[in-house]
Amino acid sequence: MKTSEETKHSWLWLVLLIPYVALLWLPFYNDTRPSFAGFPFFYWYQFLWVPLTSLIIYIVYRGVK
Amino acid sequence: MSDIVPVNPVAMTVFIAFFLLVTVVGFFAARWKRGDLTQLHEWGLGGRQFGTVISWFLVGGDFYTAYTVIAVPALVYSVGAYGFFALPYTIIVYPFVFAVMPKLWKVAHAKNHITAADYVHGEYGGKWFPAAVAVTGIVATMPYIALQLVGMQVVIKGLGVSGELPLIVAFVILALYTYTSGLRAPAMIAFVKDIMIYIVVIAAVWLIPSKLGGYAHVFDAADQFFKAKGGPTGIILKPTQFTAYASLALGSALAAFMYPHTMTAVLSSSSAATVRKNAIFLPAYTLLLGLIALLGYMAIAAGIKVHSASDVVPALFGQLFPSWFVGFAAAAIAISALVPAAIMSIGAANLFTRNLWPLMARDITPEKEAKTAKLVSLVVKFGALLFIVFLPTQYAIDLQLLGGVWILQIFPAIVFSLYTRRLNTPGLFLGWLAGIVLGTGMAIAQGLKPVFALHLGGATYPLYIGLIALALNIVVSFVVSMVTPRRAPVPQAT
Repeated sequence: MKTSEETKHSWLWLVLLIPYVALLWLPFYNDTRPSFAGFPFFYWYQFLWVPLTSLIIYIVYRGVK
Repeated sequence: MSDIVPVNPVAMTVFIAFFLLVTVVGFFAARWKRGDLTQLHEWGLGGRQFGTVISWFLVGGDFYTAYTVIAVPALVYSVGAYGFFALPYTIIVYPFVFAVMPKLWKVAHAKNHITAADYVHGEYGGKWFPAAVAVTGIVATMPYIALQLVGMQVVIKGLGVSGELPLIVAFVILALYTYTSGLRAPAMIAFVKDIMIYIVVIAAVWLIPSKLGGYAHVFDAADQFFKAKGGPTGIILKPTQFTAYASLALGSALAAFMYPHTMTAVLSSSSAATVRKNAIFLPAYTLLLGLIALLGYMAIAAGIKVHSASDVVPALFGQLFPSWFVGFAAAAIAISALVPAAIMSIGAANLFTRNLWPLMARDITPEKEAKTAKLVSLVVKFGALLFIVFLPTQYAIDLQLLGGVWILQIFPAIVFSLYTRRLNTPGLFLGWLAGIVLGTGMAIAQGLKPVFALHLGGATYPLYIGLIALALNIVVSFVVSMVTPRRAPVPQAT
């Protein structure tokens, strides 16, 4: 089904699932502490996942190109 | 505080000046990257030639709409943390876009598909299931367009102008340049819109907290406010809200790029690599959205009181900003309504022309096709306008909610078909139908709320209805496909 090139890097695609786990499992971050720059944890954690997700996608982009 | 503010001449002048600017840009766009606008792929997809930068502005301008700018802070102002689900939603959408949409782009490019229903037709043949996919897209989009008008109405009201006339004028202008320029108009205006919104939001999140005593104080004020208010509100979630928050984020993310307007923006990219690169860079808009959401807390800290929560953003800006900037911000939000409204009407027009019109017309030439799409884009927009002028706004909000549930039901047909050949038309059609019926029924049973409390083994899990309906849809699609004959192989383009 898949080309050999796709199979070689198929594990890398799984990295894309990390943001889903990090953001959909609420017990990870539903807290006010530790706060950062006035932002409760709930907020800065989610904001932090914006650049982290970009980075993850970039890593996969480089890896599978 | 009264909701009616006096007209400020400075704010109004700035507002009108920017509106005129984008009008000129909209008409000028017909000449940009010149193509034969009598062809549908030129009018309706901009000639499939938008590179990474243009696509970034276009998708950003299309996906983060004026209604978002108004509704997300309004929800955060009303209920707190729960309204923030828009943030995880618009983060987790991008790994999906990165993995799936380039595959779809490749097939669409190879076979000259313009719509999602074209793709379904290309994979499975037939005309009724593609027509069902097209109807789903059109019906889901119409109330979405109407809500862009609501966004525009809110800012115009914030400038002290009441009545529907300004809205009608704005929409007629929009309809005309969309008619002449097609997707090139919103693509070009998106540059203006996105830059203006970035300026407004950066200024707002920079200046407002300093006027209100810093972010820590803003969050404290919101915390006190919700403690006094009680109920399922607060600056963090109640444990009972976890599954609702997560399922709304996931369901919205899966639905987001099934809509005709986002699909159109993706398919107008010049290559699959363009789509991939944009999945990396588009989250920049999500930061913006998160900051916009915080405006809801800033409004609380600033002591803003409004009758309708959707007025918080204009009220906040009106209280804290100089009048020229109030005009600039209002223009930014109003223009934010124009870009998605244009693309939505184009997406809906493409669907009608490609996937419904052939059911009733013969001898369709490319010229006739483009001509029909242009006319349909007008009809769609005037339909949305009539909707807002003559019916209560709540209808549009309710229908948009249902639209989200419905559009999610085309997900298996679009996404799974890229990965498996085990599905067939009877399976997907019945799955779609089951999802639509269950989703609509649940939403109505809940009094048009997006969340349904599912009882499983003694515990209760509130879940987004669209996702529950999608689960049923997937099960039905696979089970029925297993027990019916496999689809005949369609030659794959490589």
